[in-house]
Amino acid sequence: MTEIAIQLPLPGFEQAQGEWRSQYSRQMRDETPIRNRSGIEIQPLYSPRDWSGERYLDDLGFPGQFPFTRGIYPSMHRGRTWTQRQLIGLGTPEDYNKRVRRIIEAGATAISLLPCCSGFRGIDCDEVDPVLLGTCGTVINTTDHMDRALDGVPIGEISTAMNDPSPFTLLAFTLGVARRRGIDWRSVTGTSNQSDYISHFIANHQFYRLSLPGSRRVLLDHIDFCRRHVPNWNPVSVVGQHMQQAGATPAETMGFTLSTAIQYAEDCIARGMDVDDVLRRFTFFFDISISLFEEVAKFRAGRRIWARIARDRLGAKDPACWRFKFHGQTSGVDLTQQQPLNNIARVSIQAMAGILSGLQSLHTDAYDEAIACPSEETARIAVATQNILREEARLCDVIDPLGGSYYIERLTDQMEAEIEGVIAKIDAAGGMYKAAEAGLVQTMIGESALAFQEQVDSGERKIVGVNCYRIEEDPTVPPADRPDAEAMHRHVEGFKAFKRERSQNQVARALDALARAANSTDENTFEKVVEAVEVGVTHGEVVGCLRRELGFGHPLILA
Amino acid sequence: MTNVDARPLRVLVTKIGLDGHDRGSRIVAAYLRDAGMEVIYTPPWQTISGVVKLVTEEDVDIIGVSSLATDHLIVPKMMDALREAGLEHVRVIVGGIVPDEEKGALLAAGVSRIFGPGAARDEIVDFVTSLGRQSRSGRIDEFSEVIP
Repeated sequence: MTEIAIQLPLPGFEQAQGEWRSQYSRQMRDETPIRNRSGIEIQPLYSPRDWSGERYLDDLGFPGQFPFTRGIYPSMHRGRTWTQRQLIGLGTPEDYNKRVRRIIEAGATAISLLPCCSGFRGIDCDEVDPVLLGTCGTVINTTDHMDRALDGVPIGEISTAMNDPSPFTLLAFTLGVARRRGIDWRSVTGTSNQSDYISHFIANHQFYRLSLPGSRRVLLDHIDFCRRHVPNWNPVSVVGQHMQQAGATPAETMGFTLSTAIQYAEDCIARGMDVDDVLRRFTFFFDISISLFEEVAKFRAGRRIWARIARDRLGAKDPACWRFKFHGQTSGVDLTQQQPLNNIARVSIQAMAGILSGLQSLHTDAYDEAIACPSEETARIAVATQNILREEARLCDVIDPLGGSYYIERLTDQMEAEIEGVIAKIDAAGGMYKAAEAGLVQTMIGESALAFQEQVDSGERKIVGVNCYRIEEDPTVPPADRPDAEAMHRHVEGFKAFKRERSQNQVARALDALARAANSTDENTFEKVVEAVEVGVTHGEVVGCLRRELGFGHPLILA
Repeated sequence: MTNVDARPLRVLVTKIGLDGHDRGSRIVAAYLRDAGMEVIYTPPWQTISGVVKLVTEEDVDIIGVSSLATDHLIVPKMMDALREAGLEHVRVIVGGIVPDEEKGALLAAGVSRIFGPGAARDEIVDFVTSLGRQSRSGRIDEFSEVIP
C-alpha cells in the first residue's frame, strides 16, 4: 500500500471540509464508530484527501495491466461475461445427469459436480447409512458412475469443475470416461475445486481423507500429472471460501488464501517444476459476503497483491501467472433459514458485489440453501438472478465501475494493508503449511467467528428475521428435497454387484502399484490412481490405500 | 445428592455422520464453557458407537448434536444406541438446520429440544442448565431404585 502523501492543491478544500465536519458532528453527537467485518473503521464520507488519482498507474493501471487492480483482462465482462457455474450435486448419477442436461440445454457453458458427503469422507456408498446418501451431493464411486453422470455431456467441449479433494478420484474417473469415448485428454478442461488441502485442514470438512503430509505429496503429484497429460485442466484452486464460511474476516480470508497459494507455488518450485508453467493454471475460489463494498475492496486488493507476489516474490515471468483468476460463490453463512425468500435479495447483493469486483465465474446460492439442496425451482431463480444482473441491471457495461470512488480506493488500500499484515503473520510462522499444522490459523478464525456471533447476539449486528424483524410463522419455507430412497437402494446394490463381478486380480495389482508409488519418491501417485480406477478400483479403495500408506486421520476422531 | 448436583454439568458437543461444517458446534461449545460447564468437544464425523463410548467414559450429562446438512436423520439411531447402552438418563439436544417436516421424528425419538439457527446464547445456556438438573435427578432416581 502506498501512503497517502499526495495532497492535490484544492483551494478552499480544507475550509469547506472543516465546515462540513462541524455540521456533521453537531447532528451526530453520540455516534459510535462503525467498523466493517475486517475491523476497518468506516468514515461517513471520503474525499480527494483519502485517495488521489496521481497514484493511478502504480496502484491501479488499466484492465489487463499490472497490477490488475481494475481487472485481469482488457475487456473484462464487456468482452466476455463471467461464467455461470452453478454447483450441482444430488442423488444418484442418473439424478445428476437429468439436472445437468437441463442446465446445458438452458445454455450453460460450464458445469460443476459436487460429490456426496460420503465421498468427501473418502468412503464408498456401501459403507454408509443409506439415509444420508446423496442428500448433499452425487454418489459417484466408480468410472461407470461417472460415465452415467456425464451421459450426453460433451466433456472436451464444456468446462467441468469438480469438488474433488485429494486424491482426485473424480478427475481420474472423468479421464477414464474420456478414454472410453475417444476424447483426447488434452481437450479436457475444468478445475479441481477443493484441491486445496490446507483450507480443508483448517476450516472444512474433507481433510478426513489423508494426513497433511500425505495430501501435500498427492497434490504435487496431481499438479505434475496434469501439467504433462491434461494441460488445459486447472489442478489447483486455492480456496478462501471455507475459511470465510468458518468465520475468518474478509481480510483474513484473502491473506490466508494468498499465503496458501505462496505455499503451493513454493512446494512446486522445490519439487523442480517451472514456476511459470505452474502458476499459469492457479485459480482461486472465494466466498462473497453481503458486505458489498468490503468485498469489492477485498477482491481488488487481492488482485493487486497477487500480481506483486507472483512477479516479485515467486519470480514468474509470464504475465498470465500474475493474473488473479477467481470463482466466487455467494455466501451461504449470510443466508437465513428464517423467511427464506429474503435470501433472494441477499444473493442478488452478494452476486452484485462479485460482479462489480470483476470475477471470472460465479455461483449464486438458491434461496433454500440454508435448508437443503436446491430444488429445480429454487436453482432456476438463482440462475435468473445472474441473468437479471447482466441483462437488466447491465452490470457488464463498465469495467470496474466502482474504481475511482474515494471510498472504494481508500478501502482497497486499507484492505491491502490488513491482508499484507495477515500474510506477514503467516510468513513469520514459517508459511501456511506450518501455520495450519500449529493451529495458528484455526485459532484466528475461531476468534473471529465468536466475535461475529457476539455482535449478532448483542444485536449490534442485525440480521433480518434472525435478531430483528422476526415473524411468528412463515408459510414460505419450502420442504427439504430428499433423494428417492428406492433409486438410491438400487444404486448401492448395483455398486455391490459391480464390486463382486470385476477382476479381483487386476484390482489387487492396481492397489499394490498405488501403495508402492506412495512409498517411493520418484513415482507419481496420481498416475497410479488414474490407472487403478481404469480397472474398477473404487473411490473408497483408492482413499483407503493411500490412508494406509501416507497416513490419515484426526487424532480426536474415534473409530 | 447435593454433592452430585454441585459438580459442573458435563456436556458433550459433537457432530455425527458425514458433514463437517463445525462453526455452529464450536460457538455453542464456547457458550457452554463460558457458562461454567465442562464441555467435551469433538470434531465432526463421529460415529454413533464412538459417541456412546465417549458418553460412558466421560460421564456426560447432556449431548448436543450439531447438524447442518442431513446428519440429524441418524439421530434417532443414536438415541436407540444410548438406550441400549443403558444411558437413557443422558439428555440430547440437536442444533442446526432441521427442516420442519423432519423435526417430529427427532422429538419422537426422545430428543429434548431442537435449536434452529438464530437461537440466542442465553436461551441455549438456560435450557441446557435446566436439562442438566433433570438428567442428574433422573440418575439419582435410578440409583435410589438400585440401592435399597
